[in-house]
Amino acid sequence: MSDDLTITRNLDARGLHCPMPIVKINKAIKEMNSGEIIKVQCTDPGSKRDFQSWCEKTGNKLLEMSEEDGVFVFIIKKT
Amino acid sequence: MREEELNEKKKKMAMIVSSGTMDKLYSVMMLASAASSMDVEVHLFFTFWGLNALKKGGIDKAELPSNVGISTDMLKGRLKEVKIPTLSELLAMCKESGNVKIYACSSTMEIMNVKKEDLIPEVDEIAGAAAFTGIALDSNVSLFV
Repeated sequence: MSDDLTITRNLDARGLHCPMPIVKINKAIKEMNSGEIIKVQCTDPGSKRDFQSWCEKTGNKLLEMSEEDGVFVFIIKKT
Repeated sequence: MREEELNEKKKKMAMIVSSGTMDKLYSVMMLASAASSMDVEVHLFFTFWGLNALKKGGIDKAELPSNVGISTDMLKGRLKEVKIPTLSELLAMCKESGNVKIYACSSTMEIMNVKKEDLIPEVDEIAGAAAFTGIALDSNVSLFV
């Protein structure tokens, strides 16, 4: 597998509330190829914990998580 | 891996949906849509007042209980304002995931005189307590709502 860390997809889930960001990431990841990387933006404060749990349970890799001005950003690699 | 083997590996969540009020149905539908998006197989067994949610047009007619100090219309307005999907939209998402199975309780149908054709097409099976027990015994989580 290549170590290419290029983000090939974006999911704007700003303004959406639980469970919508999780429903959306699940749909998005199904359209991706293994190894592809997606950037997700959320404003739901619950999303920080939700995305950690979602990645852990679905086996997809949470490469990076950050927060700026109330926007949570998750960089996720499809396994 | 064959589909059966994949399903064997999936975690399972079983819920009895006995309440038909809007607040309880939101809890069920939000949890089910999140869990189904996490590759969890969700089994929803609708019984007693919960069964009303499976009648055609029924789920969006659900109301809040009278003792909560806020009217159903007020809550619906607020939900719309913050862009929370309606109950029927959440149900559609659940079914779209392919991970949610919906059962209508056969005894409740008899008691409430509900016919199969009164139910929404999203219902997978009409089943009884033994079927739910079998599912619950194989599940990682069981909830009564």
